[in-house]
Amino acid sequence: MLRALQLEPEKCTGCLQCEMACSFENEGVFNPAKSRIKVFGFHDQGRFAPYTCTQCDEAWCMHACPVEAIVVNQDTGAKEVLDAVCVGCKVCTIACPFGTVNYSHDTGKVIKCDLCGGDPWCAKACPTGAITYVDIDNTGLDRMRAWAQQSSAGSASFNVPTEKDVQTYSQAQ
Amino acid sequence: MQHIVIGAGPAGVVAVEHLRTYDPDGKITLIGDEPEPPYSRMAIPYYLIKKIDERGTYLRKSAGHFDALGVEILQDKVTAVDPGAKTVSLAGGASASYDKLLIATGASALTPMIPGVESEGVYRCWTLADARNIIRLAQPGNSVVLIGAGFIGCIILEALAASGANLTVVEVENHMVPRMLNDTAGHMIKTWCEEHGVKVLTSTKVDAIESGTGDRALNVVCDNGDNIAADMVITATGVRSNIEFLKGSAVNVDQGVVVDEYLQSSANDVYAAGDVAQGKDFSTGGFNVQAIQPTAVEHGRIAARNMVQGHDHVHRGSVNMNVLDTLGLISSSFALWMGADGGDSAEVSDPDRFRYVNLQFQDDMLVGASTLGLTEHVGVMRGLIEGKVRLDGWKDKLKQDPTRLMEAYIASTQALGHNAHVI
Ligand SMILES: Cc1cc2nc3c(=O)[nH]c(=O)nc-3n(C[C@H](O)[C@H](O)[C@H](O)COP(=O)(O)OP(=O)(O)OC[C@H]3O[C@@H](n4cnc5c(N)ncnc54)[C@H](O)[C@@H]3O)c2cc1C
Ligand code: SF4
Ligand code: SF4
Repeated sequence: MLRALQLEPEKCTGCLQCEMACSFENEGVFNPAKSRIKVFGFHDQGRFAPYTCTQCDEAWCMHACPVEAIVVNQDTGAKEVLDAVCVGCKVCTIACPFGTVNYSHDTGKVIKCDLCGGDPWCAKACPTGAITYVDIDNTGLDRMRAWAQQSSAGSASFNVPTEKDVQTYSQAQ
Repeated sequence: MQHIVIGAGPAGVVAVEHLRTYDPDGKITLIGDEPEPPYSRMAIPYYLIKKIDERGTYLRKSAGHFDALGVEILQDKVTAVDPGAKTVSLAGGASASYDKLLIATGASALTPMIPGVESEGVYRCWTLADARNIIRLAQPGNSVVLIGAGFIGCIILEALAASGANLTVVEVENHMVPRMLNDTAGHMIKTWCEEHGVKVLTSTKVDAIESGTGDRALNVVCDNGDNIAADMVITATGVRSNIEFLKGSAVNVDQGVVVDEYLQSSANDVYAAGDVAQGKDFSTGGFNVQAIQPTAVEHGRIAARNMVQGHDHVHRGSVNMNVLDTLGLISSSFALWMGADGGDSAEVSDPDRFRYVNLQFQDDMLVGASTLGLTEHVGVMRGLIEGKVRLDGWKDKLKQDPTRLMEAYIASTQALGHNAHVI
């Protein structure tokens, strides 16, 4: 059973433990600016929302990549950037309609959530259970999608899961 | 079922992969006229700066990828299509029959009408073959003139400057990337280039390319009176769909191959995708050639599906979007970045820090955007535009601070805080 990150903004207190854990695990520094998960604050309302790549079925980033530098990890379902292949063209950053692939000036490549190979540190670090790593049936994704559709004038096609045809590789190989 | 796909660029390659998914038993032939394995033009600039080798430009990396899919690859040039007889003619003399045909022949760089443009040392930057020529002459100490500062010109600009050559850019319009950014942002890019040692001449036309007098092979004559001695000249003055081989056939062409919302051409069972297709634009509902990678891929997927499954997938239109890195200054533009009739806009500009965000609204929806210096969450502009997300009160907040795009998106589409409990 594939698992996914379940994000529950209503439980988030804005403590940024997830950003610290992510940047340390993936970049070796405690620096929220380098985190792949971001907490957005709505300070006037005292609300917070953790947000990162949903590893969406459409995988816009992967399909747009001109050099096959984004692939699916068959074990986790994560769409992972292969650093050695990425040329840094940034087309994936405009293709992802959720805004969750970012370009890094430091590396000249792009960075996105890869579920830490199946053991996401943000979920482990979150003290309130606002980020959990759960079986895929159980995530709030459908709920988020339903909400997105409700709020948009047209059909939010990028939120509707379509057929899944992806380039895959297995970590085991 | 025999599928033939003409053109082995991104549109053609994505199409054959999807044809295989939808039609596990059909015969699929991919005909391309370039000698290399299918590669990505977009990767050429990174090949020029040696970030990757030629293999790094290949669209598919694993050896035997197309064999494993059961796709036959033919290196030949299609010279004619006969939709009545359902055949294509090949330059090699043979012809081939199809049940369904996809035209994915892409576009070519235009050669500008400048006297001397055919001289040795004048190149376009469109194919791997061009790139090999450019690498030879883009050397430290050499003088290089780039004619055209449009999107493709600016992409190559980066690679040429990185080679260490002395670079001069000549653009006939009054600012750089005129079809992607407004003049405010275009001028900021120009200033940035000049600060980084690239000479930029805007509102300047090249009158002629002559042979050089001193040790430089060429002399570029500009209409402002400048003469620039150059070792190499690169032209990037626009692109044109590859449709010549369709002249006189039943396949209607205009700017590119005229297609409907299923990407079928005027001829039955003949489809088109990518830079050659005059496909639907998401924002205007009109049909034009966008000539960008994401659109080529989207076309390839949708056309393949409709070829096999009947017309069950409507192409809602592709969002025109670009991202550009000019010597480290990143710019992007989306959809109706120049504004919509009856719409309104918001703008922040900080020329000293090379930061710029311009948002275009219609009602309370984002319909276009352009940015400079933004690298975080750029894609959300596509999400807001293509999702037609109702911004409601967030429009006013964006008008005060156009950089709060991601918050606007999350607040307008996600269950937040107390709201989360209502659904
Ligand atoms: C230097 C450069 C940089 C670019 N950078 C970007 C970028 O950053 N972002 C972006 O979105 N886009 C970029 N582009 C544009 C992008 O590469 C194209 O939009 C994309 O390649 C279109 O794919 P396609 O499959 O439609 O056509 P192509 O990639 O052009 O492939 C078509 C193929 O068909 C072949 N062909 C043509 N006629 C025939 C025939 N009669 N018979 C057989 N074969 C034929 C051609 O030789 C070619 O191999 C760039 C282009 C260049 C040149
Ligand atoms: S980065 Fe964006 S497009 Fe890519 S898998 Fe994640 S959500 Fe989907
Ligand atoms: S930036 Fe890297 S991963 Fe993204 S599309 Fe370009 S090559 Fe692919």
